[in-house]
Amino acid sequence: MKRLLGILALAASLGAWGQSAEVANPDPKVEGRLKAIAHELRCLVCQNQTIADSNAPLAIDLRQQARAMIAEGRSDDEIRRYMVDRYGDFVLYKPPFNATTAVLWVGPGLLIVVGFGVMFVMLRRRRAAGAAQPAPDAARRREIEALLASEDDPSAARKAAPKT
Amino acid sequence: MKALKYIVPLGIFAVLCVFLGIGLTKDPREVPSPFIGKAAPAFTLAQLHEPQATFSPEQMKGKVWLLNVWASWCVSCRVEHPVLNDMTRRGIVPIVGLNYKDQRADASKWLQQHGNPYQLSVWDIDGKVGIDYGVYGAPETFVIDKQGIIRYKQIGPITPEVLEKKLLPLLAKLNA
Repeated sequence: MKRLLGILALAASLGAWGQSAEVANPDPKVEGRLKAIAHELRCLVCQNQTIADSNAPLAIDLRQQARAMIAEGRSDDEIRRYMVDRYGDFVLYKPPFNATTAVLWVGPGLLIVVGFGVMFVMLRRRRAAGAAQPAPDAARRREIEALLASEDDPSAARKAAPKT
Repeated sequence: MKALKYIVPLGIFAVLCVFLGIGLTKDPREVPSPFIGKAAPAFTLAQLHEPQATFSPEQMKGKVWLLNVWASWCVSCRVEHPVLNDMTRRGIVPIVGLNYKDQRADASKWLQQHGNPYQLSVWDIDGKVGIDYGVYGAPETFVIDKQGIIRYKQIGPITPEVLEKKLLPLLAKLNA
């Protein structure tokens, strides 16, 4: 019994650590919008979770903050800006397009374009190399023609072939 | 010309290695603060020891000071606390504590146990001011200049090394 009380006391004290109270808004519309926007925002304590997925005290506080702002009638953009002003672009799971993220956004497309460009140039070069084979000279040409003519009769080719 | 065929991919590989190498030395937990170079957000909070008295950053105008986020439940705060005590003993810079999501009694007891380096502490029970400062853990420390502009944010404890290498040179520059 004493041990049980000890465990309960410990659990209670742990619960008091972050002491973040989450109160759902009675309006399902508010909760719906909160759910949508919370999925776009990163929890900075547990960086690979959104604040919708996380139960870290900070995530609960930020959800509570977003809930209050929705209830005040603020737009999703205003809430996003509020978070970015305080936590930086990192708080957004979908980073905005700006000078620091330009490489991130443009990079893959650029890589594909450059890759296709290189491939195109190389293919053309290879084709040009194939076409540029030297034309056979007269003697060689006679030999080829003889070989072609003797398709049915191999002995004729041997007879026609010039001695070299 | 033939050598180019080998040098170009090798070059690209080398550049990639350099970038990935730099990436390895960075701590993803240290999120760059959007506040550097911006005015410290205003607030008015009750003080920890004198609940009827308030404090707001305005009162520190004209001084270079530190705003240190701490709490009695914060384990890493114990690591940095001796450094803060030492800083105050040496009279390096006024430090204001932001007691973050803590109980008054717990916080006061903690300061009695570990020493109080703070000029004063303010009491942010619900973490609202913490959110306004982009706090996502404790300890965090903001260096605020004479004009009330945030110049630096230390995420995690101030170690003797951080003090020597980052804070002291910066404070000297800001106080010059």
